[in-house]
Amino acid sequence: MSRALRFLPLALLGIILAAMVWRLANPGDSVVRSKLAGKAVPAFSLPAAIAGKPALGSALLATGQPRLLNFFASWCVPCIGEAPVLDQLKRRGVAIDGIAIRDRPEDVADFLARNGDPYQRVGSDTDSRVQLALGSSGVPESFVIDGRGIIRYQHVGPIEHDQIPLILAELDKAK
Amino acid sequence: MLSVPAIADSNMPPAYWANRQLPDPRQESAATKLMFEIRCLVCQGQSVADSDAELAGDMRHLIRSRIAAGEKPNAIRAWLVERYGNWISYKPPAAPIGWPLWAAPLLLLGAGLLLVRKRISRRRAS
Repeated sequence: MSRALRFLPLALLGIILAAMVWRLANPGDSVVRSKLAGKAVPAFSLPAAIAGKPALGSALLATGQPRLLNFFASWCVPCIGEAPVLDQLKRRGVAIDGIAIRDRPEDVADFLARNGDPYQRVGSDTDSRVQLALGSSGVPESFVIDGRGIIRYQHVGPIEHDQIPLILAELDKAK
Repeated sequence: MLSVPAIADSNMPPAYWANRQLPDPRQESAATKLMFEIRCLVCQGQSVADSDAELAGDMRHLIRSRIAAGEKPNAIRAWLVERYGNWISYKPPAAPIGWPLWAAPLLLLGAGLLLVRKRISRRRAS
């Protein structure tokens, strides 16, 4: 074997070690994204989460204008921080519907009273059925749904204040 | 004033079929087999059968109710894959991207034999 070739196994080891170190420094993205982007919202019909607020069904999401569908829960701590951001979006004319995951009516009512209510409708999803049907994996998450009921954008985690322009841009794209 | 719990878990009890076995043993067996092959969305290293996460309980409830309604396990798996991708099933379909994994042992074995062929022939000659 030539003199250089004997270093091949060592070089190979070096490459593998470099790859491992790189992966430690740049961990993979473990955020779960729905694969339904670009597809129609699966048909669903949820009962009202609280009395006095309309119930939510998939048919009500295809209104001709883009809407924001927000998954939240009264026991979800980041949702408390997201509430003022949703309020801001509502003030800028965004139509927001909510789905309360695994929640009792009194807890939802309490949450909305304490943190503000940006929702036009709120559905109650007590066994996460609709959450699973949409490819969502936790709260809070928001979906931009266009006027024909097609899912256009998924935002995983709370919408931060500096992400408001991003959400507005996505809603604009969905027009 | 109530304090907010540190763990983000709801106050509600587990879904009906989350921790109950189906009355029909064959259906329960099919459901259990599927539950061990579906990855938990929260604790991504566990199956929904093993995971204690609430969402895993809801996924078990979903699987059991659908099997009880007569749906085939592969249809339920396909439904979940449609929403989350192949990684949610512990039995992903054989995709072209996986062939290096299968070919690598054979290729390495072949390379090893190539390296030692001179030694084998030398021994035979002597």
